[in-house]
Amino acid sequence: MVLTPILTAHWDEADSYKLEGYKRHHGYVALAKALKSDPDSLIATVKDSGLRGRGGAGFPTGMKWSFVPQNDGKPHYLVVNADESEPGACKDIPLMLANPHALIEGVAITSYAIRANHAFIYIRGEVPHVIRRVRNAVKEAYAAGLLGQNIQGSGFNLDVVVHAGAGAYICGEETALLDSLEGRRGQPRLKPPFPAVAGLYASPTVINNVETIANIPYIIRNGADWLKQWGTEKSPGFKLFAVSGHVKRPGIYEAALGTTMRELLEHAGGIRDGHKLKFWVPGGSSVPMLTEEHLDLPLTYEDMAAAGTMLGTGTPMVFDETTSVVKAVSRWLSFYKHESCGKCTPCREGTYWISGLLKRLEKGEGQETDLAKIDELCKQIMGRSFCALGDAASTPFPGAMKHFRTEFEAGVRTAADISFDPTATTVFTKANV
Amino acid sequence: MTIDNTPVELVTLTIDDIEVQVPKGTLIIRAAEQLGVQVPRFCDHPLLDPVAACRACLVEIEGQPKPQPSCAMTVAEGMKVRTQVSSVVADEAQKGVMEFLLINHPLDCPVCDKGGECPLQNQAMTNGRGESRFDGEKREFEKPINVSAQVLLDRERCVSCARCTRFADQVAGDPLIALLERGAHQQVGISDDQPFDSYYSGNTIQICPVGALTSAKYRFRSRPFDLVSVPTTCEHCASGCSLRTDIRRGNVMRRLAWDDPQVNEEWNCDKGRFAFPYVQENRLTHPLVRGEDGVLRTASWTEAVAVAAKGLLAAKGSTAVLAGGRHTLEDAYAISKFARGVLGTNDVDFRSRPHSTEEASFLGALVAGSGLGVTYADLEKAKHVVLVAFEPEDESPMIQLRLRKAVRKGRTKVTAITSHLTSGNKKLNANVIATAAGHEVAALSQAAIDADTVILVGERAASVTGLLSAVAEKAKSSGAKLAWIPRRAGDRGAVEAGLLPNLLPNGHQVTDANARSLAAQIWATDVNEIPATSGRDFGGIVHAAANGEISALLVTSVSVEDTQHAASTIQAIETTPFVVSLEIRPSAITELADVVLPVAVVTEKSGTFVDWEGRTRPFSQAIREHNTLTDARVLSMIADAMDVFIGQQDVAQLRAELAQFTVATDRVAAPNHGADVHNGLTLSTWNQLLDQGALQEGEPFLAATARNVVAGLNAKTAAAHSINEGDVIEVSTSLGSISVEAVFIESAENTVWLPTNSLDCQVRVALGAAHGNVVTIKRGGGM
Repeated sequence: MVLTPILTAHWDEADSYKLEGYKRHHGYVALAKALKSDPDSLIATVKDSGLRGRGGAGFPTGMKWSFVPQNDGKPHYLVVNADESEPGACKDIPLMLANPHALIEGVAITSYAIRANHAFIYIRGEVPHVIRRVRNAVKEAYAAGLLGQNIQGSGFNLDVVVHAGAGAYICGEETALLDSLEGRRGQPRLKPPFPAVAGLYASPTVINNVETIANIPYIIRNGADWLKQWGTEKSPGFKLFAVSGHVKRPGIYEAALGTTMRELLEHAGGIRDGHKLKFWVPGGSSVPMLTEEHLDLPLTYEDMAAAGTMLGTGTPMVFDETTSVVKAVSRWLSFYKHESCGKCTPCREGTYWISGLLKRLEKGEGQETDLAKIDELCKQIMGRSFCALGDAASTPFPGAMKHFRTEFEAGVRTAADISFDPTATTVFTKANV
Repeated sequence: MTIDNTPVELVTLTIDDIEVQVPKGTLIIRAAEQLGVQVPRFCDHPLLDPVAACRACLVEIEGQPKPQPSCAMTVAEGMKVRTQVSSVVADEAQKGVMEFLLINHPLDCPVCDKGGECPLQNQAMTNGRGESRFDGEKREFEKPINVSAQVLLDRERCVSCARCTRFADQVAGDPLIALLERGAHQQVGISDDQPFDSYYSGNTIQICPVGALTSAKYRFRSRPFDLVSVPTTCEHCASGCSLRTDIRRGNVMRRLAWDDPQVNEEWNCDKGRFAFPYVQENRLTHPLVRGEDGVLRTASWTEAVAVAAKGLLAAKGSTAVLAGGRHTLEDAYAISKFARGVLGTNDVDFRSRPHSTEEASFLGALVAGSGLGVTYADLEKAKHVVLVAFEPEDESPMIQLRLRKAVRKGRTKVTAITSHLTSGNKKLNANVIATAAGHEVAALSQAAIDADTVILVGERAASVTGLLSAVAEKAKSSGAKLAWIPRRAGDRGAVEAGLLPNLLPNGHQVTDANARSLAAQIWATDVNEIPATSGRDFGGIVHAAANGEISALLVTSVSVEDTQHAASTIQAIETTPFVVSLEIRPSAITELADVVLPVAVVTEKSGTFVDWEGRTRPFSQAIREHNTLTDARVLSMIADAMDVFIGQQDVAQLRAELAQFTVATDRVAAPNHGADVHNGLTLSTWNQLLDQGALQEGEPFLAATARNVVAGLNAKTAAAHSINEGDVIEVSTSLGSISVEAVFIESAENTVWLPTNSLDCQVRVALGAAHGNVVTIKRGGGM
């Protein structure tokens, strides 16, 4: 496998985040081209390219755009979901730090295509440095006439607002994000109506992930077929794979979709010395875990689905044999319990209950019936909660049980910290000192 | 009443293999109800927007991969729905949710107010598992917390259904409670500086599907299964709310809003819900007679009735009747009949508050005997509603809710001709034609009134000369519908009963010889007993009495602070040689009466209130233990003692008699008064819903939710008088003054607003002024 540095191509340049640095590599050429095109042709190009949403669900981007009703007399909005909060996911944050203008150019092109004159970039509140950087980039773009009134003499106006979230995972759910953006408490909205019809301020709204939008300038500049040189028919293009965990060189590896985890592991220098892979999660804690036997599966939307998991955010977390699965799953459930918005019963109460049960298994104080109980409780949440947060919370346990049942069974008697030395899993182990 | 004959588009679907047809747009949960299938629910409420939060109502729908919330999904043609009745998926989903709802719910049902009438308890039994598998620690909260003086919250009982918060936001328009925090810590709460002081807060207690919200009034007082429930009608305002009164051992424990889709839907206001201690506290229990020493002493009924009869008989030819606006239709009729048929006078009036002869003509021409006119349903359908000198939130809270519902649906626009943008107007998104009090006639021409408009004119219009004439003319010339909205539950019934100096029952004029002979025939009395000319109105009687022109007064259900000038009224009653007072509790009038006869309160009798629509709202006796007598029965006893037989005067007899009065065809002419323009600063005033009203006594938790007493005026007007916001200002007339803190409001110039009868601000006691009267203001004044 070869890496495909496109979004990441110039991250090593000192001014990669500045307008000048971006422009040096064809920056804003696509916008100029787009502004001379018919908006519908841009939507068609993105549709033809087969680009799928990079936020986790993989919904075809062009199709999403085409749902926006035209000539409806209402304002349209573009909202960029930059609330990257999924445990293990760290790709949008570095992208915005190192290459914010790709996002801003994408925002301008997309807004032009869907006839929006206002765009919002909703960035999670915990990353002020990133918010600062994107705001500065927006300021630069305004100063250069790339945003604002009558952009490059085209007659097209666009205002971009960089909005800071207040620290809630639920606000990554697109309708909760809209509520938060409108100044309300972030909780998911009842659908229908869908955002494409009645989103932000009850007007047609497109919500896309940062990486998705950052792809747009490249697709518009190079054409729909250009994207298809990578990936598969159903998953064309390239992806920022953020590899974390027990590997020698954790980081972002930009590669074609369809790359295997084994190849990514090679780039990341493999598992740390003296250890071996135990399990890995392809795209954030919300997708079921995989093991050694799945290392050669292509990382595409369809192949991951066939393996009973999801590509998700495409940010693999890698765990070696020092990791207690019970403890890992327990951590994730504590996260979901903490982040459940409280709106619906299954998620609110289910995460509370399950995380409590996992905590006692982790301490070796579980009961014989706990495993079956947790499994049933996960089923009671899956598909019955208001939004996907509940589904996400009910995913890790059954996935882990498939591969590591005995470890959970041990939790009835033995604390995870006894079975697994808690220091061994950290970077401070003797081997690494 | 108009019947909507628009054909309804039907959708055919199957639920549990049974084919049903329901109107398009019906929610699945409602369609299932029509089959008799009760899908469990908590957040669902037919009058609130769906939220699909509790997930208790999940059902299986063919073609859908996941069970769907039936409370939020509408039916579709050919849809195949399976509820818990025929689907294991739905049944399991519902049971799972029920189990989740119970894990953090305390097991304090034996001490919880809701125990025994609790949707969670009930549905846990019908749609839950027998035993909980939860063995962890339950979430705990400090309990209870006050979200208002009246409403208490036990957060650990809450199931986060958001019914209360949605009610407050959507129905009442008072979004003062909201869900806070997240996950299992999610809880209902208020802002630190703003309690849930909504006029409608009690409804949240009633629709709470668990015992999370309770009232300070009822908390820990009773168990539902110890209560006897009686359907009643609210006695406070003219909205006509259907209520349920819950009695235990002869005492009212609580009152709830009852379901009447045509009138109050499922809501009522906090006054109707909580203001009932007066029915059992501090009651007059025995007749009182003033001895020769001038001191009131307890007397037997026989003696008291005899003394009353003797005094009234001796004064015959110079008697008058002051009635209030709180009577049932039957009692009002009995009083009207007693005045005419027994005392032989037309000096009778229920309008203890400011009034006019113009108003009497208006009521005779357009209200009395007009039957069911504009209805709540008409308001909901109206394109445009114009409020003239009428503040629905304070004066008829169910009209406020119905208008808000109509406005929220986007069909109805509201225009208000009033002094300022009120909180109620804001919730109706009303276009306010800010008009200095007294200048409403001129403002009327600024409102776009056409045949699709409904005009609602309030009680205070009576004190603006020419306004009722102008409104009547405007309605006639434009084809707009018109309704008069009185403030008290008994007002409209009093008009129908002829408790007016110019009217006999059902709109007949006293000057009409045929009408008088009809009355004489029904009353089996000599037609010459009934005077052929209109009598004195309330103000006229008070004036005459003060001048010593009245020898005996019969006073019933009058509060002196209602009258134009309380001190003048007291003085008039004091001057009258002989006064008979029919009362429920001791009052200022008790002290002045020669004979005091205790009468029944609304819970102790059956009767009818006629609401503002003209809809009769009959109710039955809720408490039988007290052996009190109605006004009608007492008057029958006095008549007997005066040797005039008018019958037993039970409700059945009175209704039968009233029914014999055909509706008048020869009506009073509509008034035609010109406007009377005041120069100078005028007083804008109306009674707030929660104030010093006599029937609100004894309910401190309710009183604590009343609005702050302030004087409202426009900043420019204030500046002209060197008044700054927050200053205490003195509002004066020649009769007295009131000192109140000033706030700046979006008001017309040259007018100042005061609540009519609030704490330390009793306009008619202190100023002797009515809405539209000229007053003076200045900075300062002692408080």
